[in-house]
Amino acid sequence: MSEVLLEAKAVAKHFGGVKALRDVSLSIRRGEIYGLIGPNGAGKTTFFNCMTGLYVPDGGGFSFSGTPLVADAPHQAAERGIARTFQNIRLFGNMTALENVMVGRHVRTKAGVLGAMFQNAATRAEEAAIRQRAIDLLHYVRIEDRADDLAKNLSYGDQRRLEIARALATEPQLLCLDEPAAGMNATETAELRELIDGIRRDGTTVLLIEHDVKLVMGLCDRVAVLDYGALVIEDVPAVVQKDQRVIEAYLGA
Amino acid sequence: MDIFLQQIINGLVQGSIYALVALGYTMVYGIMGLINFAHGEVVMIGTLVTITVAGTLLKAGMPVALAGMAGLMAAVLVCMALGWALERVAYRPLRHAPRLTPLITAIGMSIVLQNLAMMLWGRNYMTFPSLLPKVDFELAGANFTAIQIIIVLVSAATMGGLLLLVYRTKLGMAMRATAQNPAVASLMGVNINRVIAAAFVIGSALGALAGVMVGTYYEIAHYQMGFMLGLKAFTAAVLGGIGNLAGAMLGGVLLGLIEALGAGYIGDLTGGFLGSHYQDIFAFVVLIVVLMFKPSGLFGEKTGDRA
Amino acid sequence: MKNGQFFRPTVSIGLLATVLVALPFVAALGGQAWVRILDFAILYAFLALGLNIVVGLAGLLDLGYIAFYAVGAYTWALLASPHFGLHWPIWAILPLGAGLACFAGVLLGSPTLKLRGDYLAIVTLGFGEIVRIFMNNLNAPINITNGPQGITLIDPVSFGAFKFSGTTQIFGLSLSGPQKYYFLLVALAILVIIVNLRLQNSRIGRAWQAIREDEIAAKAVGINTRNLKLLAFAMGASFGGIAGGIFSAMQGFVSPESFSLIESIMILAMVVLGGMGHIPGVILGAVLLTVLPEVLRYGVGPLQMALFGKMLVDPESLRMLVFGLALVLVMRFKPAGLWPSPERKRELQEAAP
Repeated sequence: MSEVLLEAKAVAKHFGGVKALRDVSLSIRRGEIYGLIGPNGAGKTTFFNCMTGLYVPDGGGFSFSGTPLVADAPHQAAERGIARTFQNIRLFGNMTALENVMVGRHVRTKAGVLGAMFQNAATRAEEAAIRQRAIDLLHYVRIEDRADDLAKNLSYGDQRRLEIARALATEPQLLCLDEPAAGMNATETAELRELIDGIRRDGTTVLLIEHDVKLVMGLCDRVAVLDYGALVIEDVPAVVQKDQRVIEAYLGA
Repeated sequence: MDIFLQQIINGLVQGSIYALVALGYTMVYGIMGLINFAHGEVVMIGTLVTITVAGTLLKAGMPVALAGMAGLMAAVLVCMALGWALERVAYRPLRHAPRLTPLITAIGMSIVLQNLAMMLWGRNYMTFPSLLPKVDFELAGANFTAIQIIIVLVSAATMGGLLLLVYRTKLGMAMRATAQNPAVASLMGVNINRVIAAAFVIGSALGALAGVMVGTYYEIAHYQMGFMLGLKAFTAAVLGGIGNLAGAMLGGVLLGLIEALGAGYIGDLTGGFLGSHYQDIFAFVVLIVVLMFKPSGLFGEKTGDRA
Repeated sequence: MKNGQFFRPTVSIGLLATVLVALPFVAALGGQAWVRILDFAILYAFLALGLNIVVGLAGLLDLGYIAFYAVGAYTWALLASPHFGLHWPIWAILPLGAGLACFAGVLLGSPTLKLRGDYLAIVTLGFGEIVRIFMNNLNAPINITNGPQGITLIDPVSFGAFKFSGTTQIFGLSLSGPQKYYFLLVALAILVIIVNLRLQNSRIGRAWQAIREDEIAAKAVGINTRNLKLLAFAMGASFGGIAGGIFSAMQGFVSPESFSLIESIMILAMVVLGGMGHIPGVILGAVLLTVLPEVLRYGVGPLQMALFGKMLVDPESLRMLVFGLALVLVMRFKPAGLWPSPERKRELQEAAP
């Protein structure tokens, strides 16, 4: 089909004696919504953390649009175009929603100390552009009316949206969402689904870790299943749903 | 060779004292994440109380052994009360305050205690009464005294007792649980206030004991003596991995050895450029180097960033 | 309405400027000693605002800030005194002092800034002590710092023939040395205030705040946390170096005693006591902690004599006692400082259970 955006090659990670990831290899294609599912403790978040540089894999590695990703450097992952959200929402709580998204622009802007001190034309223009882009993104995730509220005072659903807006501010090629629907009711989940679909339509590849199998199967182009740290299957939802091993992994767990 | 052995002995003695003081820092830090800067002052007050009590009793004609015991008991009791009061009055109201707030309070309490001590005991050096017989031994060309042996043995015994307390008693279990996760511990029925108070009281008792040892060993005391001692002991606690009891003990002994050996050999090592008056920098240089390579200290568990 | 908006800031700035200009002359009525105290208040405000970049903006706990001040002070003292017979001009020494302090900051910061907050505190504290011990002992075998005696007869600040020491007649006004330094220090303080303000509301300042809030999330959005922390550390250190140079020149004398741990603590206390991250608060903290002890120093002795007819308590120890108590009490009743920023006040109120 289309070109491979992210490729994981035999990624392994263990914590003490526990093998959290056993040589997981998979590939995400540009433009798709890719689902990563599995029972609790299957290694989904560990895989995520390895990919975004928070953990250093014990074996294997990643390549992103053709070149290898440097391990142990989360800020470089963002620079390369991988943005993420967190399962347990990590916003800058005492900054406003707008400021949170503005921080997301950091990696695509460059004003330094001298620019800040002398407030030259380039710095002022950049600052205005950062603000405008952040406002646009708040509109995009439809929380523009909460722009000046502290992030920690937003409702749970709005915090999820804000985290997505902040991730989008880094202009990612690959947006990784770690259980974005966790704790959401049916209406909120439906809205989220619409949002993710929109993000893909606007050209960003999405990697989705999710517990909600229904959401994943309905939304994703392809799905990978992890169990006990190993890849069980990687295929289109229709095939994955019927796979005996997947059914066992979920029922047997 | 005899210099080497001599410095090992000196280092062990000094290290035992550091270890006792370091335990006070590490227990409080382990449970509530606070650097109790005033702990060094608690040690100092322990020394000065002993001077007053034991000195007065000796003058009144009491036998040395009895006066010494009375001095030690008085120091331990006063310090325990002081530790309890510190926690209750200064730190407890700040448990949910921003992170820097209790640190500044601790520094403030350290200044307050130091100056109170100066008002009570004056700004001059004081002689510590001799409470132990001066017996010298010689081993392979190195000299050591009965006092040194007693300091090392008593420290070792005390630390053994503390480990038993923490790993074998219900209070110890509550302390460990609180250190892991105060919120969950409290849900499980642990009385957090009591656990924290216990950490302060036990730490202060150990501090008092260390204070008496310092006094007996150096035979001199001063209202400012707690500050550098506290700083070094805290360094030892960080060196061993703060929050870790065994780490604090090993860190203390290690620091004592490094200082003694460093002071003994720095002249030779630098061709006479740096002399033994650089002794005080070893603690900090070692600390910086160790933390560069082992950011959680020598024996600390690798703690990930907390969510 | 528009007129009113324009009017108010202009008036308050004008008022502030008038007060700032009049202050050294008012203080002089009580004697030049009070002008010197004023000078120190501003010097400390400058230092505290430098530290505020590190602690308040970037959230790094630095307990050894005085070390950078010491580097700047000794740079000036060594290059502009009879000790080595060197008398370099200010435009050479001050940047050099700032540069060396900055270098020391990077040297200390690059291996240690990945450490947890409290570990960083103890490492910086240790570094401060190392620097002081070296200054105390580097008089043998080669006499570099002259040891505990310190260095004397240090050149004052001068621009060409205009010296900041001694009395000068300008525009029919007679300006004393401390009064001239006062204006120099005010100019420097305004500079550091502008730097603080502009950094706070910039891309860099936002990144610092993000690191303070959640370091992992900051990394995940592409912030190079290590470099940004190092930047804050180096900037704070540079300002410390500048302040040290001016201190050296103003005093004419430096010794290791001026750079003890209690000084580092004092400056941190100014930042926290006043209101961390809030510029007016930090200035208030600096002025209070400089002036109050002096008032106590001059007030406590005579007061005791008047009340009891004799000295009951040594004024020096009472001064420190009151300082210590003040720290404890302010932290107890105003945990965010005496004059916190409105945002911070809001944070605390909302965080309260």
